Amino acid sequence: MQLTNRSRDVSNKEQSFMEKLYLPGLLKGMAITGSHLFKKRATIDYPDKKRDIAAVYRGLHVLKRDENGAERCTACGMCAVACPAEAITMESAERKKGEEGLYREEKYAKIYEINMLRCIFCGLCEEACPKEAIFLTDRLVPTEFEREDFIYGKDKLVEKIDKRIDVSARQTPEVLEFKKIKGLKHNELFEGKKISDKKH
Amino acid sequence: MLIIWSFIIYKAIMCVAVFAVALGIAAYSTWWERKFAGLLQDRYGPKRAGPFGLLQPLADGGKLFFKEEIIPNVSNKFLFILGPSLVMITALMTGAVIPWGRPLHLDNGDLFHLQITDLNIGFLYLLGVVSVGVYGIMIGGWASNNKYALLGAIRASSQMISYEVAMGLAVVALIISSGGSLSLNDIVTAQGDGGVANVCWQPLGFIIFFVCALAETNRAPFDLPECEAELVGGYHTEYSSMKLGLFLFAEYINMFISSAIMAAVYFGGYNMPEWFENLYRGSVSLDTFALIGMVCFVAKIFIFISVFMWIRWTIPRFRYDQLMNLGWKVLIPLSLLNLGITALVQAWRNGLF
Repeated sequence: MQLTNRSRDVSNKEQSFMEKLYLPGLLKGMAITGSHLFKKRATIDYPDKKRDIAAVYRGLHVLKRDENGAERCTACGMCAVACPAEAITMESAERKKGEEGLYREEKYAKIYEINMLRCIFCGLCEEACPKEAIFLTDRLVPTEFEREDFIYGKDKLVEKIDKRIDVSARQTPEVLEFKKIKGLKHNELFEGKKISDKKH
Repeated sequence: MLIIWSFIIYKAIMCVAVFAVALGIAAYSTWWERKFAGLLQDRYGPKRAGPFGLLQPLADGGKLFFKEEIIPNVSNKFLFILGPSLVMITALMTGAVIPWGRPLHLDNGDLFHLQITDLNIGFLYLLGVVSVGVYGIMIGGWASNNKYALLGAIRASSQMISYEVAMGLAVVALIISSGGSLSLNDIVTAQGDGGVANVCWQPLGFIIFFVCALAETNRAPFDLPECEAELVGGYHTEYSSMKLGLFLFAEYINMFISSAIMAAVYFGGYNMPEWFENLYRGSVSLDTFALIGMVCFVAKIFIFISVFMWIRWTIPRFRYDQLMNLGWKVLIPLSLLNLGITALVQAWRNGLF
């Protein structure tokens, strides 16, 4: 069965005189390599230039704060349940008096860890989150030398108050439209909430 | 007394200049080699060290200097150090007889020859010095006291000696056709002023010389002495640090010098094409004219070096028996034929028939 017309029969026949001369073959080869002098480079000059990524690219997670700077996560565990790779663990704690500025609701995540070696960046945690606390961003997970360093705690996940992470890039009109569909189980949680209130 | 001193100073200037230029060009050949390979393979070459990666040779050299220098216990230490030194010294010595340009005119009326020494047996000197380079490789491989290094050295030296024969015969034919002088300056000047480049008379000789130059400088496709895939590393298996660097660096100096020789004796050296010459001749001073000639010479050398690299990044290495077949069964008969034809033609031109 012939799959392509590029196959050649292998033969042990004597080389012809022209082939034995070697120089024509050499010049032909040099013409081929020489033609590459004028071709476009395949290299992308990485640290200076970055390859374009998809609009809905799912990268490193962020735990959002609300507009007052309080953490949105209430440690409900929906993300951990949704996670197919079981990368997320958390431990909840009760908010004390005087911590209202730190945590949005009465319950908060004391420990929140994502194992980046387990995570498959499917984005199900983001979809599961009823509090719009966890988002996947267009950032990359940097390389590390130790396996332990890939377990990201709250110190790395929660955004800094003075350095908010923009997650609006992934909230495309289609995504926002999807979240309006009331019939879907997930979107029930959003009922009564203003969909347009997406700026974090 | 004054004459002797000025003579010594002039020679010292030329020696240091040729030394520095040879080393500098060899260093930047490594940069151009990698950059050119990048161009041929649709990628960037070195580009992070300085603008366009221009500081890459310094970084490479610095790395080689700071690496641990290992001299094996079982080696003969004197010969072990002598090997790379000899390779380097002979590579640099060949630059002495190459004419770099027309003489410059000094204020006191003297001529400043852009050639360290115009030996009347210049070509013989070249072949002799190149042959001594084989000793460097042989001594280095033998002193390592390592069977792979020794095998690599034997292969390298047998390759170089084999191709020297064909090269010598090509040179003899060249000298017959270019007027019988062994002085490189005479060969170059004979090609200027109405004469044509020797390659027109000696196309076959040039191809033979070019192939032999590839083999003599251990460049691909004749880089068997390196043979990292076959003999661990060839004759420099046991070498490390700058002693290895000297071996590798000598290859680039050899490449530069052999390009210079080919540009000089086959392509007219500092002479330029007639239409190009007519643009400048008479309208600029003689010194400027000499400098333009020098630029032409450097451009020719650059083209040859690039062709060396172009070949290296195009075709694979020969097998050892193919190498020996090519050397003994093809190139030597061809160069003998070339010599015979050249001799007959020259005899006819001299009116012997």
